[in-house]
Amino acid sequence: MKFNLIFGGVVAAVAALAFFVVTFERPPVATEQGGFRGTSMGRVENPRTVAVVNARNVAPPALEPAEDDPTSPRASEIYENVRVLGHLSVEQFGRIMQAMTEWVYPGEGENQGCNGCHVEGNFAAEGKYQKTVARRMLQMVQTINTTYNSHVQQVGVTCYTCHRGQAVPAAVWATSPPNARLHRLLSTAPEQNRPVAANALSSLPTDPFTPYLLRDNPIGVQSSASRQADNNSSILGTEWTYSLMMHMSSSLGVNCTFCHNSRNFSGWQDSTPQRVTAWHGIRMVRAINNDYIEPLRPEFPPHRLGPLGDTLKVNCTTCHQGVNEPLRGARMLQDYPELNPPPRRAGLEQPARN
Amino acid sequence: MAMLSFEQKYRVRGGTLVGGDLFDFWVGPFYVGFFGVTTIFFTLVGVGLILVGAAHGGTWNPWLINIAPPDLKYGLGLAPMYEGGLWQAITICALGAFVSWALRQAEIARKLGMGMHIPWAYGMAVFAYFTLVVIRPVLMGAWGHGFPYGIFSHLDWVSNVGYQYLHFHYNPAHMIAVTFFFTTTLALSLHASLVLAAINPAKGEPVKTPEHENTFYRDFIGYSIGTLGIHRLGLFVALSAGFWSAVCIVISGPFWTRGWPEWWNWWLQLPIWN
Repeated sequence: MKFNLIFGGVVAAVAALAFFVVTFERPPVATEQGGFRGTSMGRVENPRTVAVVNARNVAPPALEPAEDDPTSPRASEIYENVRVLGHLSVEQFGRIMQAMTEWVYPGEGENQGCNGCHVEGNFAAEGKYQKTVARRMLQMVQTINTTYNSHVQQVGVTCYTCHRGQAVPAAVWATSPPNARLHRLLSTAPEQNRPVAANALSSLPTDPFTPYLLRDNPIGVQSSASRQADNNSSILGTEWTYSLMMHMSSSLGVNCTFCHNSRNFSGWQDSTPQRVTAWHGIRMVRAINNDYIEPLRPEFPPHRLGPLGDTLKVNCTTCHQGVNEPLRGARMLQDYPELNPPPRRAGLEQPARN
Repeated sequence: MAMLSFEQKYRVRGGTLVGGDLFDFWVGPFYVGFFGVTTIFFTLVGVGLILVGAAHGGTWNPWLINIAPPDLKYGLGLAPMYEGGLWQAITICALGAFVSWALRQAEIARKLGMGMHIPWAYGMAVFAYFTLVVIRPVLMGAWGHGFPYGIFSHLDWVSNVGYQYLHFHYNPAHMIAVTFFFTTTLALSLHASLVLAAINPAKGEPVKTPEHENTFYRDFIGYSIGTLGIHRLGLFVALSAGFWSAVCIVISGPFWTRGWPEWWNWWLQLPIWN
């Protein structure tokens, strides 16, 4: 009896220890203070996990710079059917085509390399939808780098920021079919209680993207004053907002206190400067999805669309991929001046605005 | 001061842990003892330092007085007086006073030949405080991870620490602690209502005995834990609440840096359904 108890106790202790070792992390941890001392604002990180994530977020070495003699002939004069990058020199045009190949279609074989976008043997032809999409994506990159400096700062974006060597970026989203009925009384969303990466594996609504990153449903739910009578936010709406915030946190590898002081989530006076950047980022993502990606829906073949037939759109993860500055702030764009918009827009085709 | 009739019986000499007979006397109804002296000392110094901090803090509004721990950059070293040094000194005084008080309870229990339930029970609260301001900061490498001394400020700290792990309700030890807290209040309310019912019978009837109490609960839920048992149960659930509270905060940071929902991945990945 006594032996059995001791033996059982030892087995249970070993099993419990193994469980804790496997499921938890260990000190030391890295912390960064994000506010006045004692407010517990800021970040808590496991340096070992951070090292793994950082290793996944390294910018590739830049290609040799190309000549840009302003007097040399432009790409549009030498090549046929160059609509977006026609203002580049021939050398620059060749360089950015090579770079895009490595960023988006780096593989060998059919539909890789140049043939990812171009009809084999005829670069000028319009036969592939990928070319139409790529052209629109170039205009999108130009817009992001000029109109959305509030979010991308001076770092900017290139194709690689999202694509990372894949034709379809790793983190994209489409509206998912509901798994339940929207129930306002029970405060259940049509899609929740299913742990997915989007809501950081919680029970919150699984699609925070359609309402907030495609449509512009109001995100803020808190009252600005106590006992505010006209605040109609619901528990459901609050959880939906929470889900979006979970997405942003896990995308950027940060916690709530990176942007917010939780004593007053909505108050800008209590928030960190990063929240301003994030606010602009939400607007930028909405613009990308609405102005650039969704309008391309007719171009895509069915296997490039989501289960409900909408396009594969972007969210915070698409660029950030676990770090708060994509590619850890590497300034890829300054190595690729070819991606800047043409200096004089008047003589060239304007990107469609809607 | 005149003693109450039963007080003589309680004034038992000896049983001290430190100091022998030196402080083994009473002032009025209060036992002094070595740890009574240290309690008073640490309390006076600590409260004095709190007043210094408040005087330096720019407000005497009791809600807003805030004595904050040092910046993280000071690590586990000493910080300048008005940049967290006061917090460090007050923490030492608080721990000195709390531990002295627990040991004073132990001395009194020894004098009376009682068990050590009271110092252990009180010690659990001290342990939770010690976890917050010493164990966790040491594990995370900076005194700045302690909580600030102030009514609003410590609440802000609690809230922000929770949101550093995205959703604290998914913290497994927090779940256990909250469950114990609610169970404590449930047990206390069941017990209190039972006692009140037993000692307030209908007019003209005698006060009910524990037999009535037992019978009520045997009819009600099929079991009565009994008059002694309810107090053992109460002690267990209350101390468990405090213990698991300490666990839930010490694992947040030192042993988990991500969102708490993510910790449950081990469950999602069990080969049964994955």
